[in-house]
Amino acid sequence: MSTAPRDWTAHPPYLYAGYKSTTLRGPTKPLIPLKQSLSEMTGPVFGQDCLGPLDHDLTRNGRKNGEPLGERIVVTGRVLDEAGRPVRNTLVEVWQANAAGRYVHKVDQHDAPLDPNFFGGGRCVTDEEGNYRFHSIKPGAYPWGNHHNAWRPNHIHFSLFGPTIATRLVTQMYFPGDPLLPLDPIFLGTPEGARERLISNFAIDVTEPGFALGYVFDIVLRGPAATPMEA
Amino acid sequence: MALKQTPSQTVGPYFAYGLTPTQYGYDLPSIAGPELATEETDGQPIRIVGQVFDGQGQPIGDAMIEIWQADAQGRYAHPADSRNPNATFRGFGRCGTGTDPRNRFVFETVKPGPTGDGSAPHTTVIVFMRGMLTHAYTRLYFSDEAEANAADPVLASVPEDRRDTLIAKREDTAAGVVYRFDIHMQGDRETVFFEV
Ligand SMILES: [Fe+2]
Repeated sequence: MSTAPRDWTAHPPYLYAGYKSTTLRGPTKPLIPLKQSLSEMTGPVFGQDCLGPLDHDLTRNGRKNGEPLGERIVVTGRVLDEAGRPVRNTLVEVWQANAAGRYVHKVDQHDAPLDPNFFGGGRCVTDEEGNYRFHSIKPGAYPWGNHHNAWRPNHIHFSLFGPTIATRLVTQMYFPGDPLLPLDPIFLGTPEGARERLISNFAIDVTEPGFALGYVFDIVLRGPAATPMEA
Repeated sequence: MALKQTPSQTVGPYFAYGLTPTQYGYDLPSIAGPELATEETDGQPIRIVGQVFDGQGQPIGDAMIEIWQADAQGRYAHPADSRNPNATFRGFGRCGTGTDPRNRFVFETVKPGPTGDGSAPHTTVIVFMRGMLTHAYTRLYFSDEAEANAADPVLASVPEDRRDTLIAKREDTAAGVVYRFDIHMQGDRETVFFEV
């Protein structure tokens, strides 16, 4: 089955002057249409067998000698296609900064402390209803070099496959009410009317009493193409 | 459609410990890496090597390349392909450009067979990096498949003077068969990217 096209009213363009690194890295020539073949109607399948026992729990998978610092959170949601159908058994990978806004990544030189008990990477596989669920620590904001006094809003990076390589998606989840959002070129590079879909919702019913604040972030992947492929 | 697509965002500069942890030496097993094939895998072992260049011709050290390919018999390890693929060959690889001194990506795989729909043997390539808010798709074809390439409908849809950007050049080395596939994000030799 072929996949509906990328919706360019949802996705950011390759070149967006506000995000300076796009200037030398984004393709400049128009994309060439490609009629989907078996190569695009297939993609890698990752199931539960690729997961470690703590991969879904970032509050535990980096522990060395204690608990990570920061505000514990639950991040959950459904992965759906555009037709509203659950995307089942699909891999969801996440990575994020620690509570102080510092990444474990060796290249991150931000002058904020690493947390010896927080790694910041995890993954899980959606269930039969398309649900995923992570425990983590709320990531801190961090500065970056895009412009004077540039700070990234709190965010969690997400990577998803969906049923085929055409449904591949790498995105970021933001938090409601973040004052940095209206100043962030990566968020603002996303078309107006679509960028709001990147902001999770706080949910008291997902919040775990005495333990962790709950955020809901539903993700919509490309759905089935409107017209069937010619034989 | 009932729902709207979730927008893409950049993979950023710090993906390595989440997406390519084994390659970069982090304490988490990767779900996929640069080695798609082992000695037991059926087919011709090949190495795919390339650099990713920015608009000033500088090699990019924080890109992530994913590849997706059929096995040596042209079968995909996916339920949509009913032809019972090579069970040990998944056909998916992932490589960051930050661990090689020349910022190359290097995949060890087998040459994909023709999928049987008239297309020449090829590999899907997906490009992610800081500075790209949305990933880009391209295709890798093989320079020693001139006849099949000439009949390939996707190559035929590409302006002739740009087709070359999709052809990986075969080099026979002491270590085996290497296909060189550089990706130019911009410039005169800008790689063809597809609307998949
Ligand atoms: Fe980030």
